[in-house]
Amino acid sequence: MSRIESTTLRDSLSVSITVGAYGIAFGAAAVANGFSVLQSCLLSLLTFSGASQFAVVGVLGAGGSALSGIATASLLGIRNGLYGVIMAPRLHVQGFKRVVAAQVTIDESTAVALGAEVRGENAMRQGFWLTGFGVFIFWNLFTVAGALGAQAMGDIRAWGLDSAVPAAFLGLVWPRLRSNRDRALAVGCVIFALAMTPILPAGLPIIATAFIAIVVGLRA
Amino acid sequence: MNSLWIATIGTSVIAFALKYLGHNVPEKFFTHPKVQSINALIPIALLSALVAVQTFSEKSKLMIDHRLAGVGVAILALLLKAPFPVVVVSAAITSAVVYKFF
Repeated sequence: MSRIESTTLRDSLSVSITVGAYGIAFGAAAVANGFSVLQSCLLSLLTFSGASQFAVVGVLGAGGSALSGIATASLLGIRNGLYGVIMAPRLHVQGFKRVVAAQVTIDESTAVALGAEVRGENAMRQGFWLTGFGVFIFWNLFTVAGALGAQAMGDIRAWGLDSAVPAAFLGLVWPRLRSNRDRALAVGCVIFALAMTPILPAGLPIIATAFIAIVVGLRA
Repeated sequence: MNSLWIATIGTSVIAFALKYLGHNVPEKFFTHPKVQSINALIPIALLSALVAVQTFSEKSKLMIDHRLAGVGVAILALLLKAPFPVVVVSAAITSAVVYKFF
């Protein structure tokens, strides 16, 4: 690899550290929702996609089945697949390198890579790999810290962890609410999910909102 | 194997499969604007629903408790453009205080 461009390095590092630090919130949320420290760490190593990880622990913590947890997490994981579609022709990697590239294809690595594209193909590739590996390292380290911390706390409500989880979801969705249509969809899904909670088995009210998103997307 | 393990492994396998699949399909299949639009909307729907359910429900019962105070403060922090860790920590502190004293 040729010399690392300083702007790309700076962008990648700042994204890696700040995003990685959310791993604390994930580790704590996972343990607060009944997952073991080992399971929390495996989710960060293997699933490695924040929203999906928060979703699966959130759904199971709310009493949902493994299947509805997996389904919700997987629906949130679809966008990583679409990032893969965008990144593959830009990275030109095969075999094991492609497997590694796929694992670190997330919101942040794709965003930094595409942002660096104006400075050339080299900067774009460096942005992808530096951010992908950087977030991976920090996310996993902070997950361990968060999980162990929450395990040591005991009653999670006394530490406010049961509110930290919805607050984390809120923090993830907030920057995505750019238009009135986005905000209307969010409010609609809140009302729908709450209305269905006493009726449907836990987890299903959440998954069902994906269909509302599809209908809105098709009509637009 | 209990449901937590099934969820941990199942989520991980599918998450990787989706990423790897993306790296192996031709780009032209996914350039349709409606596909792009749905891709942006699905996370909004699921995450909003998760916020609601995690704030107002326990199992299948709806309720208002200390969590609403925490999430209310999170909204305030977001309106003030606070960074993510501040949002989460301020929600946790508020919720813990309300839980302890009310």
